[in-house]
Amino acid sequence: MPKVKIDGFEVEVPEGTTILNAARQIGGDIVPPAMCYYSTLKGSGGKCRTCLVKVTKGSERDPRPMPKLVASCQTPVMDGMEVANISSAEVLNARRGVVEFLLLNHPLDCPICDQAGECHLQDLSFEHGLANTRYEFERRTFEKIDIGPYIKLHMTRCILCYRCVYTAQQLTPERVHGVIGRGDHAEISTFIEKAIDNDFSGNVIDVCPVGALTDRTFRFKSRVWFLNPMDAHRDCEKCSGKAVVWMYGGEIFRVTARKDQYGEVRDFICNTCRFEQKSPGNWTIEGPRQIDRHSVIGQNHYDGDTLTVA
Amino acid sequence: MQPLTNRSKLVVNKKMNFWERIYLPAILKGMWTTLKHFFRKKNTVNYPDEKRPFAPVWRGWHVLKRDEAGRERCTACGLCAVACPAEAITMTAAEREKGEEGLYREEKYAAVYEINMLRCIFCGLCEEACPKEAIFLTDRIVPSDYVRQNFIFGKNLLVEGVEPEKRIDVSMRQKHIQEPKWAVQQ
Repeated sequence: MPKVKIDGFEVEVPEGTTILNAARQIGGDIVPPAMCYYSTLKGSGGKCRTCLVKVTKGSERDPRPMPKLVASCQTPVMDGMEVANISSAEVLNARRGVVEFLLLNHPLDCPICDQAGECHLQDLSFEHGLANTRYEFERRTFEKIDIGPYIKLHMTRCILCYRCVYTAQQLTPERVHGVIGRGDHAEISTFIEKAIDNDFSGNVIDVCPVGALTDRTFRFKSRVWFLNPMDAHRDCEKCSGKAVVWMYGGEIFRVTARKDQYGEVRDFICNTCRFEQKSPGNWTIEGPRQIDRHSVIGQNHYDGDTLTVA
Repeated sequence: MQPLTNRSKLVVNKKMNFWERIYLPAILKGMWTTLKHFFRKKNTVNYPDEKRPFAPVWRGWHVLKRDEAGRERCTACGLCAVACPAEAITMTAAEREKGEEGLYREEKYAAVYEINMLRCIFCGLCEEACPKEAIFLTDRIVPSDYVRQNFIFGKNLLVEGVEPEKRIDVSMRQKHIQEPKWAVQQ
């Protein structure tokens, strides 16, 4: 099994593991951020370039460093490889540039956006981004599109990570959703705005790292930091039924799938669970969800590590 | 014990003499002090008729500002409510309909915006949190009332009027706010 050293931490991983997944096995600050890579979606990754790292030593057999920064979600590890992520100023500088590019056309309408508070682009730009932009031209704008009765597409906010496209391709039998156009004109579309009526289509909301795909049943209902996320389950014949219900008082405002620490969903949930079961009687509440104490979602709800339900 | 100031006097329990016992010199001395103050400059003002100027950092009754075109600036983002240490602010958002573009600046607006003035501690954190420069604390004093319910100020008491004479001047407060460097869209 190849041994790889990331920022000085050594880890032994199976053949073919990517640098990003090796870093995730170590955990902590040295894990490169990822906007497009999604471990449960096959083929995802390699698009956003936020996970760029510097390979300072190629392998034991060929110790030359790689000439350019590489996307860690796509590069497999080699035995004896040495990688610099946060210990390399070049990587941090490149990542700051990537954030600036991702934000070029982003409307920065966080006060309106329903994703604010759990948005990966918000976290990323807070950590790496600059407070101002050097872009002087008019930003790319699109009309808002309703994809079916449950999903709203704000193409203006999209960063073209293709996660939703892979979700639509891999969770649903027929492909109804893809990317049209190239470069600056590329746009997520349902091909002639065909409504997605598949049972698992709602998962595109969860995989979206920004607020481009949002829940129409939760649209402008509340803000995520006013709600209490609770682990809950129900018997569902279509999916695992394991979800997070976002409650305020005794009311369920929205239902999402359970995301891990990297914001990735293991058990995708069906549209019935997500959009139609909003009465608290339908769910067995397991308890409050663990929220990172730096997250705004835990603001005013948490006393130490325990959630105090309003 | 070490005295904190040099103004302290030692208490002496000595017997008073005749002049001290009749108290008249002490009374006259006190009256003289009072009489002197009749001719001094007054420290007080006749409050309702005469008002003292407010300090520029004075924080009173909140205002929800409108922009130059008279549209409400608040977009119900909830940052004031999450910043509020007294949890005095609540709001309900709504989506702007077609034809309401002249009323609300953004596609989302606060349908209900309430500040409980009994809970509010006038710390000004809502003003600092606001990304849209919508809420400001002004130099108006919140009036007193007999009913607790009347202290929950809704949008009718918070949003300023559209007409130029009904606008509330917050330029003194804005002097302390740094202009955001990035360009605001829309």
